[in-house]
This record gives sequence, C-alpha cells and structure tokens, in this order.
Amino acid sequence: MTPTLHIKQLLVCSLLGLVACSDQESDFGRPLEQRSHPVDLVLLEDGRPDPSVLAADQVVRRGNGEEPETLDPHHALGVPASHILRDLFEGLTAESPDGELIPGAALRWNISRDARTYTFYLRRDMTWSNGDPLNAEDFVYSLQRALDPATASSAARILLPIQNAREVLAGELPVEELGFSLLDEFTMQITLTGPTPYFLGLLASPVAYPVNRKNVEEFGDQFSKTGNLVSNGAYVLKEWKPRVSIELEKDPNFREAGQVLMERVFYIPSEDASTEVKQFRSGELDWTNEVPNNQFKWLQKHYPDELVTSPWMGSYFLGFNLTQEPFIDNPSLRMALTLAIDRQIITDKVTQFGEQPSFALVPPGIDGYVPFSPEYADWTQEERDHEALRLYEQAGYSDENPLRIEIRFNTSDNNKKIALAIASMWKQALGVNVTLVNEEFRVFLQNREQKVITQVFRAGWISDYNDPYSFLELFRTGHGRNDYGYSNPSFDALLDEVGTERVRARRERLMFEAERVLMSDHVIVPVFTYVTKRLVNPRLKGWQNNVMDHHPSRFMFMLKSRNPDIQGEQQ
Amino acid sequence: MNSEIKTSNEDLSVSDPFAAAFVEEDVRGRSLWVDAWHRLRKNRAAVVSGVIMAFMLLLVVFGPMVLPWEADFTDWDNTSTPPSLETAHWFGTDAVGRDILVRTLEGGRISLLVGLVATLVSLVIGVTYGAVAGYYGGLTDRVMMRIVDIVYALPFMFFVILLMVVFGRHIILIFVAIGAVNWLDMARIVRGQTLSLKNTEFVEAARACGVTHNSIIRRHIIPNLLGVVIVYVTLTIPQVILVESFLSFLGLGVQEPMSSWGALVNDGAQDMESAPWTLVFPATFLTVTLYCFNYIGDGMRDALDPKDHL
Amino acid sequence: MRQEGLLRHATTRLLGLVPTLLILITIAFFLIRMAPGGPFDGEKVLPPEIRANLDANYHLDEPLLQQYFRYLGQIITGDFGPSFQYKDWTVNELIAQGFPVSATIGGLAMLLAFVLGTLIGTLAALRQNSAVDYSVMGVAMLGISIPNFVVAPLLILVVAVYAGWLPAGGWDWSWQRMVLPVITLALPVIAYIARLTRGSMIEVLHSNYIRTARAKGLPELLVIRRHALKPAILPVISYMGPATAALITGSVVIERIYSIPGLGSYFVQGALNRDYTLVMGVVVFYGVVIVVLNFIVDLLYAWLNPRIRYDVT
Repeated sequence: MTPTLHIKQLLVCSLLGLVACSDQESDFGRPLEQRSHPVDLVLLEDGRPDPSVLAADQVVRRGNGEEPETLDPHHALGVPASHILRDLFEGLTAESPDGELIPGAALRWNISRDARTYTFYLRRDMTWSNGDPLNAEDFVYSLQRALDPATASSAARILLPIQNAREVLAGELPVEELGFSLLDEFTMQITLTGPTPYFLGLLASPVAYPVNRKNVEEFGDQFSKTGNLVSNGAYVLKEWKPRVSIELEKDPNFREAGQVLMERVFYIPSEDASTEVKQFRSGELDWTNEVPNNQFKWLQKHYPDELVTSPWMGSYFLGFNLTQEPFIDNPSLRMALTLAIDRQIITDKVTQFGEQPSFALVPPGIDGYVPFSPEYADWTQEERDHEALRLYEQAGYSDENPLRIEIRFNTSDNNKKIALAIASMWKQALGVNVTLVNEEFRVFLQNREQKVITQVFRAGWISDYNDPYSFLELFRTGHGRNDYGYSNPSFDALLDEVGTERVRARRERLMFEAERVLMSDHVIVPVFTYVTKRLVNPRLKGWQNNVMDHHPSRFMFMLKSRNPDIQGEQQ
Repeated sequence: MNSEIKTSNEDLSVSDPFAAAFVEEDVRGRSLWVDAWHRLRKNRAAVVSGVIMAFMLLLVVFGPMVLPWEADFTDWDNTSTPPSLETAHWFGTDAVGRDILVRTLEGGRISLLVGLVATLVSLVIGVTYGAVAGYYGGLTDRVMMRIVDIVYALPFMFFVILLMVVFGRHIILIFVAIGAVNWLDMARIVRGQTLSLKNTEFVEAARACGVTHNSIIRRHIIPNLLGVVIVYVTLTIPQVILVESFLSFLGLGVQEPMSSWGALVNDGAQDMESAPWTLVFPATFLTVTLYCFNYIGDGMRDALDPKDHL
Repeated sequence: MRQEGLLRHATTRLLGLVPTLLILITIAFFLIRMAPGGPFDGEKVLPPEIRANLDANYHLDEPLLQQYFRYLGQIITGDFGPSFQYKDWTVNELIAQGFPVSATIGGLAMLLAFVLGTLIGTLAALRQNSAVDYSVMGVAMLGISIPNFVVAPLLILVVAVYAGWLPAGGWDWSWQRMVLPVITLALPVIAYIARLTRGSMIEVLHSNYIRTARAKGLPELLVIRRHALKPAILPVISYMGPATAALITGSVVIERIYSIPGLGSYFVQGALNRDYTLVMGVVVFYGVVIVVLNFIVDLLYAWLNPRIRYDVT
C-alpha cells in the first residue's frame, strides 16, 4: 500500500539562480544551496516554461478548509488564513515550493557568533501593492505592532524568542525596547533572547509579515477588507466574500512579477470534505484542502493521477494522565499499553492514506532530524503483545481483574475510528475494558488541561516550525500543553541545554537524548505520523510536496493539457 | 354510563328494529374507542405499518442477541467489505470492520428509545401545562400562554445545540433536550381541547359536586385528551428520530460505540459511493420506520377525529 | 372596528417582543458562558501575557454580570459587537451578509413547498383513498422520511458530479446554485403541507356549502378554486409561521453540504468556537425574525379567515 507520491515536480523560478549569500558564522544558518534541485524541463532561457504548453487562463481554484478568521497577518492563527497570507505578503524570509527557506524581502543575512543577533540586508527594489516603497522601517513597525499588547495578537506567541518580547506583551516594557534596531533604510537587526535555530523559519510565517503603516492607521480594524488591504507579496486582494471565496490577483508591483505565471487565485472555503471533493470532481476546484477518510481505495482507483499524499510534520499519539490512577508511577502498565497496539493495522486499515506507524514522538523529515527509535520498534507484533501481557500482569492486572479505562478524544470521525481500533486491540491482546468518551473540542481541551478526569486521551501535534524542539517542549515541566503532568528534571535539563546550544550537530544529539528519556518514561503512546492528502488537478504544476504543507501560488502554473513531457517526470 | 346504554340497547333491539337502529347510531357516536379501532383497521396503510413496526421492534430487541457478531467487534480481516454470505457479514462491514447488521439493529434500539422517551418527556410537560392553562383559564391561562409564545420565539435547534455543547452529550440529555423543546405544540393543542372540554356537561357536573380542580384535571380532562395525545405521539416520534439524526450530523449525537440510525446514516452518507452498503441498510431501516410511524399517526388521526366521518 | 382591533393587536404583539427578547438574551448569554472552554482556547496554548491582553481587549476579564449589562447596553443601540472568531468582521456585518442568503433559500423553499404541497394535498384529497392518493402522498412522505444530509449529497452526486448540469456547491446568487439547496430544503415541508392540505381539504369538501356549490352545478375546478381552497389552506397558513422560521434557521445541514454562506452555520461554528458575540447576535436576530414571521402569519390568517377578529387579545 504505497501512496502515490509525486516526488519531484518541476519548479519554475529564477530564484534558483539567486543563491543567497550568507556569511554565516554560526553552524546552523541553513545552507541554502542544499535545496533539492528541481527537474529541468521545457524552460526557456529566462527560466520560464515554454508559453506554448501553458493554458491561456492562468487561474487556480484552491479549496481551503474553513473560512479564514482574518486576513490581518498579525492576528491570523489558522492554517487556512496562512495559505492565503503567504500569497499576499512576504516576510524577510520566504519558502520555495519544496518548503525550504529562501530569501524573501531580505536578500541576505548575517548571524552573529553567539547566534542571538541577526542582521538582515533588505532588497532595495521593493514596493507595496499601492506603489509606495517598502523598507526596513516597515518591518520594524510591523514586528512591533504584532507584539504590541494593544494589538492583542494570539499569533504573537511565535515571536517570543525575540528579546524582551515577553515583557512587552505583558505591558512591562514599551515596544521600542524590543530587540529590533534599524541600521539604515535597508538594514535591520533582530536580537533574540537565546539561540533559536528555527528563527529564520519563523520569519516566514504570517505574524512576521509587514503591514503598511499608512494603511493600518487609515482603516484601523477594516484594513484587511476588500479594497483596503495593501500588501507586499506576489498577489493583491481583489475580493473577499466571506465563506464564498477570496480572490487574489497578481500584483504588477511585486519585485518578481515577471516570474509569476499564475494570474489569479481563488481560495474557496468549505466546511465539508465530501462536498469539496465533489466540487473538485465537477471541475469547480483545482486543489482540495483534504479528502474524506475511508475513501482511499475508491479515490486511488478513480482518481489515481489526482490523489496526492505526502508526509506532514505532525504526530498522532495518545497521552497518559500521569497524575491520576491507574497511570501514576506505573510505567510497566503504560509500556504494556504502548506495546499492545498493532500500528500497522491502524495505518493500513483505519487511516489508510500512507500514514507511517510511529514509535516515537518526532515525525521523520523534520529538518533532517532522525527520531529516536526504541528497541521494540523492530519486534514483531506477536513479540510486542507477548511482552505487553507480561508487563500487564506484572502491574497486577489479569483476566479476573481487568484494567478499566477511558479513552477520551475530541469529536471527529478519524479520532473515533482510531480510538475504536485501539480499544479493540487492547481488549484482544490484554483484556482491557475500554470506554470511549468523545467530547466537543473545547470541552476536551479543558478536561485535558485540568488532569482530573482524564486517563488516556487523544493527543497529537502538528509543528509550528520546522524543528523537533516544537514537539519536545510540550513535555517540559509546567508547559501550558503538558496535559500529561509529566515532570522529569533530567528531561527539562536537556531541553535547557538545547535552548542554548549553537552547534547544530550537538543540538540534535541533545534533542535525541531528550526524546529517548521521554519515550522510556512512557508518557505517550505513539501511533502514527500524519500525511497531507488532497486531490490536485494534474495540469497544475510548479508546486512540490513538502513536510510543511506550504504551497505558495506564485510558483504555480496551469498547463494546457496533461503534457506528456511532464508526465514522464512524475512517478 | 356506556354499559347502561348498551343494556338498554339490547332490550330495545328485540322489540323495535327501527328504534334499535336509531340507538345504535347514537351509541356509535359515543363509544369513540371501539369505533376508532374499527376505522383504523380498515386503513390498510396503517395496519401494514403497524405490522411492520411490530416486526421491526422484535428484530431490534432480539436480533442482536441472536446474531453472531458483537456490535463493537472489529473484524480486521474484513474492513469495509460489501455484504456477503461468505464472511457472515450479511450487511457488510464498516471502515473498522464492524458488522453493519448488528450495528443497525442496535442503532435502532437507541433511535426508537430516543423517539419514545423524548416524546414522553414532551408529552408529560405539554399535557400538564396545557391542561392546567386551559382548565384554569383567565389570568393563569394568559400568563402561561404568554410564556409559551416567548419560548416559541427561541430558535429551537439553536437551543438544543447549545444544551449539547454546554452539558456534553449524554444520552439522557438528548432525551431531555429534544423533549424539552418539543412540548410547546403539545401544550397548545391540549390547552385548546381543554378549553372546549371545560364547558362540557360532565365537567360542570363534577364541579357542581365539589370535586377538586386537581382531580377534575386528572380524572376527567386528561383521559378525554387521550385521542389527541396518541395521534400527537405517533407523529412526534418520527420527528424526534429525525432531530436526533440531525444532532448526529453535527457530531453532537450519541456516544460511540453506541450508535443510532441517524449516526449510522450520517457515517454512511460520507461514503455513499465508496461503500454504499453502509448507507443503504441503516437508511432503509430509518426510512421504513419513519414511514410507518407517519402512516400509523395519520391513520389514528383519521380514526379518532370525529369530524372526518361526516 | 376590525382595523382598529388589528392595530391594537399589532401593537401588543410588538410590545411583547421586548420581554421575549430580554428573556432570550438572558438565557442565551448565560448558557453559552456556562459552556466549558473559552474563545481563545486552542490546541496551542497562549502564554499568560497574551491571554491577558486578549481578555482585556474583549472585556472578558470583567465580572460576568458586568459583561451582561455591558452587552445589554450595547445591544440597545443595535450593535452586536465584534466577532471573536472572524476578527475582521463585526457580528452585524456577518448577519448582514448571511441573512439575505438564508432568507432567499428559505423563502424560495417555502414558496416551492407551499405551491407543491397544496397541489399534492388537494389532488390526494380529491381522489381520497385511491391509488393516486396513496402514490402521491407516499412520494411526498419521502421528504420526512429521509434525513436531508442523505438527500443533499445524493442530489449533488447525481445532478452535479455525474450529470454535470449544476454546480456541486458554493454561492454566487445565480439560480444554478440555488436549485439544489432549495429543493432539498423544501422536501420535508412539501410533505407536511401536503398532509395538512389533504386533511383539511377532505373536511372542507364534505361541508354543506361545497355540497351546495356542487349541487348548483358549478364545475369542480371552479368549486375548488373559489370555495374550497381558501378555507382548506388555513391550517397550512398557521403552520407556515414556525415552518418558515425553521427553514431559515434550520438550514445548517444544507448550508454545510452545499457550502452556502448562510446564517445557520455561523451559529453552529460560533457555538463550537465559543464566539460569544456571534452566537448571541444570531440568536437575538432570529428571535426577532421568528416573532415578526409569526405576526405576519397572524395577519395573513386574519385576512383569509373573516371569522377571526382581534377585538380581544
């Protein structure tokens, strides 16, 4: 059951020629040259595909999940909004189709030896969509706005590594005290509290995008509406009809407008995955946000060229509440439950879309990190079940005295099926009596947080940024999402070290060690790692699968037909 | 009172055939129940529906005990398989390999239970409320009906949703939530009937004899409302079953591994192309049941409504 | 005399709106606040500093009673406040965009249901207990026997995906996109109206004045049109108030499956996201709509039925 993976798709951008110069002094400024090389194809001398293969109408209609909550980049939290904002705006850094970091508004940057100060050299040819020039001052203003307590942005959470950010958000310091300094019109410096290797990646997220000061001051709350919004990305907002569509149009003022082939982009919200697929099938969409569960076989049979699945940087796991019976101080019981799940069945029969069975916290493919793998990962399921039964009995349970527990999850078809599968496996392998409790999302989150009535609960994490730390920090003592009540001083100490380590390889080793400690404490039951799954019009090219699931429209283009030349390049 | 007339009827029938015919006509007008039963029996749709429902009830109650599968057993070798005799999954299996037949029958238990209990809740509230308002009349009536008007202006579904969100989805809560928003119609109908009953001779007679208000309501008003109430009940049950399915659609229905027809149909509707059997079987059970209840209800109304046999 | 009564009735009705709304607001306000979790809870928790800013921004840091009175004061001016979830929009804007859509779909569905329902009901009544009666009513009853979340995807599949006659979903005010949602929404109402009409039509057809009209030798069609129809649809009219309200409010399923930007899903989304202002706004707005609709139905009823007078309320 191998999912159709469109491995290398072509990439059209002259950005390739633009090797960012980074006289990095610390180890982990990403070597940008290591980007995977795109397939060379019918490209003309200027790097564009031959116009004769292009469709006359360069329009893409992208299904986009729920209605975005806002188009103000500093308030945007959800994934749907971030897709749109990535087209409308551009941060100091940006992402190429394969999800790798590329220079955005900043042409190049330096990172100081202590890895705390970043100097950005901005492009000099940039303008806003209204024609006004764009410079470093705009970025300083915008980052200050995002962190200003008066803005009350939830997304500002991401910018906490910046020096004094916490104090400014708490209202203890004015925004001027933030770690920003303007060296000249096109040069700025950002100072961080500690080394943060993923910081350049954060700068490519919406909360770090620039907003036009005049625009914001003129329209206030209304600045992100149709007709008001001034942006600096490859596209401008043409029309926003709530819960109908968001139409973007290519911005002729964009610095690389000549390279942008896709003229218009429609983002179509949808609350129902099956409807979205039907819209795709009747030709109303070129790209779906997702596809319904259960239908892998059907889709693979009927839409083999359209169905695209690809690993995503997220893990699905169950958590134990370590503060209550029966799991308090009972690692052998927790390990028994971890072992007694046949992950292969879950990924093959329940989730179906190419999810990978998982035995650790961090999914593979995150910034080159190789996750920890416990010994039992290589065992057969019979061996695991056997050992599980031994541990279960060692913990004092048996057929006469079975364990009775609840699995709690938030309402969703997938969670339900996975919980059902796990309950049945625990029952069959160990004789555990499991009750399923599904709760509406916010009720569920509150119960998890209170750690009183939870026993085993659905957990999972989809990373904010391309770094394993995003997963590991959840288990730190006192972290807001540490709903497990896990507290291990040696784990915390390892994370502290990770926070100050500047050498990439050493940092990775520390994280690996932390993951190992966590996994041998059996705090979670890893189940599988996520994939993204969607239907894509085979004529749509210029995008690539990536673990971030970020797909800027500005690299996309629509072919006239399923070009045989290009077909040959696909798997 | 009835039996008295009957005896005199027998006496008369011997002596005077014309008088007998006359009195018989008179008696038929009074013995509503016997008469209604006769008329109901003549309504073919209602009778067939009644038989089907009785069968369905037996199936739903005893079926799961007889069948070889447990409702929550996951047959990993047969996930999403179409109906087949070979696998012994006669209605096929769902995405985690559970037997659709057993789940449909067990879901039927829940759906019918929700239908009955929620209707009973609305019945108890509605009858009591309507009878009291109609019987006492005057200011009491006006205030009570004012309240009904106010509650009428509350967007029902919204309140059911809010209740489910606030208190979580316990099956008892589903009964209460649906029942609590469904009592208004009942209260109105009962009040109207009570108003007209109140002025009938037997109630006035009881009142003249010094019978207390409470026992008049209990002994005279409510029993005489039975006809309306029964019709209302049969027509409300299918509505309630539909409301429950709507809650299932919103993800606010019953808890897994429990299921209801609404929940099963909703699951099946997601995969109507890739696994049509997960939709067709539960949907057939649901639809047949709703049809039957509606036909029985209509039949009863025709049978019990004296206006209709002019 | 009659007009005066009507006017008095109208005034009482509109005055009655005030306590109704007050009760509505109070129940809804405290109910949604009782729900566990808040608007800013998410899988990714906010640092306390940010949380405090947000709470202060939306006055969530005030005591609940103070927030309640603040809300009342605000609502008197017709301002429902900003949405918690859709940060760029006020609740007033969202209602202004969503309601016309819901009202159009709901209104058209009601119209369709009224026309088809009375037609089917009358036809069945005229041929009472015949094959025509059974088959027509049997088909109409499908509408209340199949949940609309089955009908809707089925229609999309057949009409949009397989046949390609109409779009599968979305909204742009074109008739093509209205057809399927209106039909789906109308189906159960057609069934109810057909049943009501059939029942009352049978009753009316047996009444003395219809017999008289027939005895006079008037053609059947004329008898029905001129004499029977009006009294027979009276129960339908009184059903239409709550039914229209239910159509406009209860279209959540339709909105979701057809991707229609109506008000119903705002409510459901609002309740799930704890978007307090949005939930309140939609509830209060619908309270008003329902009262107004019931009032219109009363007027219609009085106009059609000369026996009713509003001398006493």
